[in-house]
Amino acid sequence: MTAALRPSISACPACVAAPGAQALAEQALHKDAQIALSLPTIHCSACISTVEKALAAVPGVRSARVNLTLRRATVEADPAIMPDQLVKVLEGAGYEAHELDAGTLSVTQNDRAGRDLLMRMAVAGFAMMNVMLLSVAVWSGATDATRDLFHWISAAIALPTLAFSGVPFYKSAWAALRARRLNMDVPIVLALVLALATSLWETALSGHHAYFDATVALVFFLLTGRYLDHRTRAIARSAAQELSALEVPRAIALRDGAEVQLPVAELRIGDLILVRPGGRMPVDGVIADGRSEIDRSLLTGETLPVFAEPGRAVSAGEVNLTGPLTIRATAVGRDTSLHRMADLVAIAESGRSRYTSLADSAAKLYAPGVHILSALSFLGWYLYSWDVRTALNIAAAVLIITCPCALGLAVPAVTTAASGRLFRKGMLIKDATALERLAQVDTVVFDKTGTLTAGTPELTNLSAHDGNDAAIAMALAQMSSHPLAVSLANAARAAGITPAKVDDLAEVPGYGTQGIWQGQRVRLGRAAWTGATPGAETTAWLAIGDAAPRAFTFTDRLRPGAANAVQHLMRQGKRVILMSGDTEPVVAALAARLGIAEWKADALPADKAARIAELQAEGQHVLMVGDGLNDTAALTAADVSISPASALDAARVASDIVLLGSDLEPIGDALTTAQSAIRRIKENFRIATWYNVIAVPVAVIGLATPLVAALAMSLSSITVSLNALRLK
Amino acid sequence: MEVLSYLIPISLLLGGVGLVAFLYTVRSNQYDDPEGDARRILNKDWDDHPKP
Repeated sequence: MTAALRPSISACPACVAAPGAQALAEQALHKDAQIALSLPTIHCSACISTVEKALAAVPGVRSARVNLTLRRATVEADPAIMPDQLVKVLEGAGYEAHELDAGTLSVTQNDRAGRDLLMRMAVAGFAMMNVMLLSVAVWSGATDATRDLFHWISAAIALPTLAFSGVPFYKSAWAALRARRLNMDVPIVLALVLALATSLWETALSGHHAYFDATVALVFFLLTGRYLDHRTRAIARSAAQELSALEVPRAIALRDGAEVQLPVAELRIGDLILVRPGGRMPVDGVIADGRSEIDRSLLTGETLPVFAEPGRAVSAGEVNLTGPLTIRATAVGRDTSLHRMADLVAIAESGRSRYTSLADSAAKLYAPGVHILSALSFLGWYLYSWDVRTALNIAAAVLIITCPCALGLAVPAVTTAASGRLFRKGMLIKDATALERLAQVDTVVFDKTGTLTAGTPELTNLSAHDGNDAAIAMALAQMSSHPLAVSLANAARAAGITPAKVDDLAEVPGYGTQGIWQGQRVRLGRAAWTGATPGAETTAWLAIGDAAPRAFTFTDRLRPGAANAVQHLMRQGKRVILMSGDTEPVVAALAARLGIAEWKADALPADKAARIAELQAEGQHVLMVGDGLNDTAALTAADVSISPASALDAARVASDIVLLGSDLEPIGDALTTAQSAIRRIKENFRIATWYNVIAVPVAVIGLATPLVAALAMSLSSITVSLNALRLK
Repeated sequence: MEVLSYLIPISLLLGGVGLVAFLYTVRSNQYDDPEGDARRILNKDWDDHPKP
């Protein structure tokens, strides 16, 4: 996996001619390359020391450091240490671990934008504290020369601070104005500039009121909100990149009789491509050579593997199970069925963007309102007193008082708290408005294969067979890496069965395994090959000599937490629907097992999306949970969507929330958390509005002093932040 | 009021020291893992002697 994840080592044609060159390049890269591991399940201080000790105990590891916030471990080790080795060590210590591409991660580790915001915030905070100290002296009665001196010092601190710290607002406001729009930043910048100008003017005329403290505090509070917002998203982004770093877009092509590793993008129509057992088809094609079975569950939702032989068409995304296959490419890149499905997603995507976040709708009301209010108070006071100085002072006071500190913090403070809570439970919120949309959900649609079920078969009728049959089946099953065989062997081992002595064991790719037991030919495999009649259930047949074949039936194993998640949702009064591309009996059985009343089998990808559109037309807010390519259109069409980490990259990209662990249980909690988060956001808006309702009239009638402005601003910001922390 | 000519520069200097210290912690990656650092402090490792 390491070799495959490092870009363009073996992509050079010369490396193929000289295989040694690849090994050399590999070593050179390893020398100072760190190994990054993702640890989705760590959560406590004991975990940190267990993991670090386990890693440090591996000979050749120089240092190991766990980052609990990102759930990652960074290891510096000898070139000889392979990441797989460390993953095994950690699994031995009881922690799930995955290797990550260090190249992808270095991008997120140096989070320039975040650091930039933090610096600006720190400078604003420093300036705010110093200016406030001077202001306290003025408020408590400094007069004449002392007051003027303090105002001038405040100006000397505030001006460079605003020039440095305010840059994000100036940029955003300028961009909005150039596009002839108003955003939250336009009134902010106007308030800053106006307040600064009038304060300088007042100070020059040795006036009483200067708003240097308020402007700097405004910038500080707003930057805090923006930093929180950025941080939440940066964590989600880096975790999403982690998931992408786990997949490898490479294929083995046969060119002039030699095997060449190529990026999938370089494959051409007519290329012969070798797909090893366990590998995913990189292109659409026709099988040229080899027999095997193909798992199409990610594309269609079927659990039953399909038999593959020369001449059969395969689609990109299907997984080869038993024997090596050579396929001739018939469609590559954008023309593959995988990409045609991605186009369906693009169509659905255009519908999604209609959602306006609560913050946006608040800004739409707020920005024009504030401008009009401040312009009116300027006009009113100018007409009343014919004094530009007083009128300007009051207009600036109105702008400062109505400053959206609380509004700027209202949403980010809550979403940060909520996203943090959900992240600790193993959920990754990728989209900023996902929480708001999640809170409205009243209908939950589940995909079956790979979502409610783990996609691994489980033997159901081991006890129905006598010990002899089971022992022979086990001996045959141990030979193969086919999922049914692996599951059978595991179940038999768990039941304490010892394999029978079977000679001449051989696997026949695409059919099963056979051998000789006490002079009789024994076979374990497909129905037709063992002389049985196929049924609806997933079955492996055991034929001993000429006796009637015995059936070993399998069911798809439920994903951990699936039953609880479904029950939890039903208890909350949500409508739960199961939609699958699998056959009717299988879907019906699972629906009955989980107590889901509404289900639909044999659903094509377009059917799923259409059904969701239908539900939305009925006024329902739909949450779609799915993992396969056949779900991507539905995931995008739904109001909000969740996919497990094991899902296809395309499905994860299409969904708003990714489940990091393999457990489905957090879904129920996520809905409750989202609802209480939205309640808090709305409360915050209410608090901010009440402050304005009280403070604005005071400012308009000209009673607002810098002290009142500072108090209103700080109090509202603090109440809003504290309210966000109440999130349960 | 002459005391102000000492006190104001001193207060600015102290604040500046705080700011510089903060910028230093940002640059040396001390905010990369707040959650882990909060837990590490409760760790019993290296209580008796410093990490070699």
